[in-house]
Parts: sequence; structure tokens; C-alpha cells
Amino acid sequence: MKKLFALLLAVLVLALPLTLAAGAEGETAKDYSHLKGTTLNVYNWGEYISDGSEGSLDVNAEFEKRYGITVNYTNFESNENMYTKLKNGGANYDVIIPSDYMIARLAQQDMLEELDFSNIPNYKYILDKYKGLYYDAEQKFSVPYTVGMVGLIYNTKMVEGTPDSWNLMWDERYKGDILMFNNPRDAFGIAQCLLGQSVNTTDKAEWDAAAAKLAEQKPLVSSYVMDEVFNKMEGGEAAVAAYYAGDFLTMYDVNPDLAFVYPKEGVNFFVDAMCVPKGAQNKEAAELYINFMLEEDIAVANANYICYASPNKLVLESDDYDLKDDPILYPDESAMPKTQIFELLDEDTQLYMNEKWNEVKIESGNNTGVYIALAVVAALVVVFAVVKIVRGKKRKAMY
Amino acid sequence: MNRSSFRTRIAGSPYLVWAALFILVPLGMVAYYSFTDQSGRFTLDNMARISDYTGPFLLSIWLGLLATVICLIIAYPLAYLIANSGEKRQRTMMLLMMLPMWMNFLLRTYSWMTILGDNGLINTLVTAIGLDPLKLINTRGAVVLGMVYDFLPYMVLPIYTIMLKIDRSLVEAAQDLGAGRLNVVKNVIFPLSVPGIVSGVTMVFVPSVSTFYISQKLGGTGTLLIGDIIEQQFQLGETSLHVGASLSFVLMILIFVCLTVMNRFSDSDGSVLV
Repeated sequence: MKKLFALLLAVLVLALPLTLAAGAEGETAKDYSHLKGTTLNVYNWGEYISDGSEGSLDVNAEFEKRYGITVNYTNFESNENMYTKLKNGGANYDVIIPSDYMIARLAQQDMLEELDFSNIPNYKYILDKYKGLYYDAEQKFSVPYTVGMVGLIYNTKMVEGTPDSWNLMWDERYKGDILMFNNPRDAFGIAQCLLGQSVNTTDKAEWDAAAAKLAEQKPLVSSYVMDEVFNKMEGGEAAVAAYYAGDFLTMYDVNPDLAFVYPKEGVNFFVDAMCVPKGAQNKEAAELYINFMLEEDIAVANANYICYASPNKLVLESDDYDLKDDPILYPDESAMPKTQIFELLDEDTQLYMNEKWNEVKIESGNNTGVYIALAVVAALVVVFAVVKIVRGKKRKAMY
Repeated sequence: MNRSSFRTRIAGSPYLVWAALFILVPLGMVAYYSFTDQSGRFTLDNMARISDYTGPFLLSIWLGLLATVICLIIAYPLAYLIANSGEKRQRTMMLLMMLPMWMNFLLRTYSWMTILGDNGLINTLVTAIGLDPLKLINTRGAVVLGMVYDFLPYMVLPIYTIMLKIDRSLVEAAQDLGAGRLNVVKNVIFPLSVPGIVSGVTMVFVPSVSTFYISQKLGGTGTLLIGDIIEQQFQLGETSLHVGASLSFVLMILIFVCLTVMNRFSDSDGSVLV
């Protein structure tokens, strides 16, 4: 507890001159006192913000303290989950942090507010190469939060040699010890990389081939997971998993037997960015929050905690950033894997992918035993019923 | 007479409002979504697509049945035992029965993951005494175990309650007429406890058939139940939502049919007795 307090104090002391300096430059002169007492609804991926655990900085609490705005923070498990919730109007959010292709989809369907970048002066710290990307070419709707790549995580105690291919996830030897993505886009992405297809193909035959590849893998898969992968890989419950590179570093902290590789067939490169959805109740606070997330101390705390690569210059230059030279997050030219980005699929392809994904998941092998057992039960019920009725009639006849 | 019925109506009105708002309206919405497409036009496509899901439907019913039967086998003697012990002991045993239910159901299922896992509690013990680790998690057995564990109290409670209500003099009468212990249970206690069994079976079978959490956590890729599919449909977005709704609709009808059949037989049983 004392340690934690000291740490918080240290962070505050460090942060103080920074904020003062920023104030002195006269760029955050805007008065936000009228937002005091309002609520800001933030909807983000799970395990995707520095939350104060293990002595880290509690970013949301810091925001609340500084501006008196209550942060109502909730999680989603996948882009698709988040989309469904937004679409069905189940709740109101002010800030959401989806991935690139989902931002393109939301923008296309007119579900995002245009940002007022004059309220987000810290945007200038975003590296140029992450500005105006395809999903938001005019740079109207989004501010990058993290960037990353998907890769192969394996347990060195269970896997022989040093794998370099997605084929490891189709290896009979690891039957029942393989964890696969539980969302269609990422799962298909891997099969498509392995088959040498584009992950954005519109050719149905290619989607069929990828679905067949996933169906072939299914008997080997232990389960389809998202964030459960942390527990399972950390606890040595599975040998091989596909997941996001940044999350590997978190798992590696707990279980040093784990190793990571970018498969040679190529991987998905993604950007997760902060947006304001249409219907946001507190857009001004949302922009303030987005700007706040780009401040040095906050962005560094986040980058250190969630271990994803940062698109923020301040972070990359900061001395407090522990992962600056991490070869997995920031591979140099020679080690850079082949990457593909998820583009927005047209509605038709999107539906076709969902349908194929359903088929892969439903496919449940040989169930003959179950059918026979059910038939026997049904027969027994019928016999029982007949006996009952006959007996009842006999009894009635007796009286 | 009129006044009292008016009062009853007033007293019942909160429930009526509740039922209308949170039972009838959602049911109507499920029905509406099942028979419409994205643009709101009437269609039977969703229903036609249900045949794709026969496998998971049957598997759900089978696993639900297994769980229900196992629950009944465990719960019936237990309820009998509790109902026939002293008052103080009854209270303690009921408390022990209810205690796990005070913990969140998701949490309890989650903890089974760590117990059954490949490096879990059981396998650590098994390997410690020099045996090969067992394949426990990601099997159908694990799913049934989860269902039995989570829903057992729902079977014990109604059977126990009904056994308490059995008139002791009926048992004594049977004994006076020379019935042995077995005969008393078979001819007096069992028939009288049928209503408790029926409600217990309902309360275990229905949530078991429609569960998705248990199968996701304890089952592997081969235990996709109908609940999982419905959940997945609702997560994939708009068009799948209609298929999901029609799956729920059909599941409701199936459960309804199962329960009606069961109730019919228990009713005729009761009437024969009285």
C-alpha cells in the first residue's frame, strides 16, 4: 500500500511540471469547468487501459480527478459485439475504441460523429504514418489509440522446435491444445494468410476454401476464445494460440515458457482508434478525453500497461516507456513480417463470411450416439404413455 | 364478494403490468423478428434455415435430459433424507444446499474450469500419484457436470417442499395396513411427491437445454448447444438476429411441448390417486 502511494505520488510529481509546462505554452487554455459533474460513457476492449492494478496509473480516475467528469467505463469482447450493441441502440456511448475495419463500417453507415480536432490539440503527436489511413482517409472520425499485429503464441515446453508458420495451428500433434480466435474476421484472416489469399477477397470460392480450412482445423481446436486466452496460455492449458502481439507480452510476464512468432505467411496489421459514435450525449467531454489519452504521462501509462505498440511520438520518446525497444512490438525492417490490413467488406461478403463462420462452428462431427440415445428415450416415453392410457381405461372400466 | 375480487385485482395488478411489459412484449418481439426479414417484411426464410441447426438442437435436448435425470437421481433421496430429519438438522442441510447459490452462477462455472483443466486441481492430484492426466475439460461430460452442479438446488427444493407437506397419517395408515418401508415409499410417498418432481424437472430441464455459458466454458468445440448458436447469431449482427429470434422461438415451442406432455401425465396420475 505504501509503495503504491509512493508510486502515485511520484507519478503526480512527474505529471505536475508537465501540465504546468503545457499550460505555459498556452495551448490548453480552454475552460472545461462547465463539464464538471457530467458523465462520460467510454466503451473499450477488455484489458485495454491502464486501470491502476499492479501499481499502474488509473487513467480513468486521473481523468475524473482532473476534470470532475465521471467516467462510466465498460468493455466489449470483439468488434462485432460492439457493433451489434451500438446498432441495436442498447446503450449510449461517448467514446468507443474499435478497430480499423469496424471504423470504416461505422463511418459508412453514418454512425460516427465528426471530431473537432481543434479540441484535440495533442493529435499532433500521432506519427504521420498513422494519419489518414484507409479506414478514415479524410481523418474526420478517429484518433489512433494503439497499433499492433496478430501472431502465433506457443508454449516452448509443449511445442517442439521453433515454429515459423501458421501451419502449427493445423498440426495433429497438438490436437486439443490449440486455441483459435472466436470472431470470424480474425479466424478467417489466419486461414486466408495460410492459403495465400487476400483477407479482403470478394471471391466466394476463396471464402469457401478458407472455411474448409477452418473446418479442417476444428477437430484439433480446444476452444474458440477471446480474452480467455490469457488464463489458458498463462496456465499452460494450451500449447498454441493465435492472438494479438501486445497481449503476448502480458502473458509472458506471467508464464516465461511462452514464445511468440510472426508467421511467415503474413499477419493482420491493425489500428484501434478512438471515435465518438452518433448520438453521443457528451461530445465535448469525449473530445477532452481523447485529447487526454494522448498526453505523455497518460499515454505512457497505457502503453506500459496494455503492451500494444503506440502511435504516439511522446510515448516513443519517453524515458518512462519500458517497451521502447521491444523487438515484437517494434520489429526493425528486416524482421518486419508480411502484413495485411482488414478492409471494409461489402455487405454481401460480410454476410457470406458470417454464414460460413456459423457453418464452421455448428459442424460437430459424429453425433450418431446422441441420436440413437434420443430415439430410445422417445420410444420409452411413447411406450410409457401407451401403457398409462391403457391402464387408465381399464381402471375406468372397472368402476 | 365483488369487493374482495376487486381487491384481489388491485393486489395482482403490479404483477400484471410486470408480466405485460417484460413477458408478453418481449415474446411478441421474438415472434415478430422470427417471421420478418431485415426490412420488416414477412418471411419464412428464418424458419426454413432452422433445419441447419438440427444437430445442436438434439444435442442440447440430450445433454439437458441427462442432466435432469442425474439431478433427479441425486436430489430425490436427498430431499427425502432432509424432509425426514429433525427440524434443526433440516435447517442446516437446507442452508448447505442454498449456500453455493449465494455465489454468482458464472463464477461457480468458471471455477470448474480451474478444477477440471488439463493442469487443474484434479489433474495435479492425479499426476502427483503417478497416473496419466485425465481428459476432463472440453468434454460433454464436463458440460453435464456443470449443468448438474448449477441446477441441482432447483431440483431439491420443490421435492423437499412437497415432501414436507405429505400428511404423516397417510404414511402411518400404510404402515398399519402392513406396508414395509419400501412399499410406503413406492405407493404413498412417491405418488404424492410427483408434483414436486414435475416442477423440479421443469426447473432443471429448461435452463439446461437453453444454457450457453456452461457449454462455452466447460465444453470444447464439439459441444455447441442451441444456446451458443442463439448467442452467436445475436452477436453477428442484423440479419443473423432474425435467425437467432426464430431459433429462440422454436426452442420455446419445443420446451413448451415437452412440458405439456409431462404435465398431462402427472395430472392423470394425480386424478387416479384422488
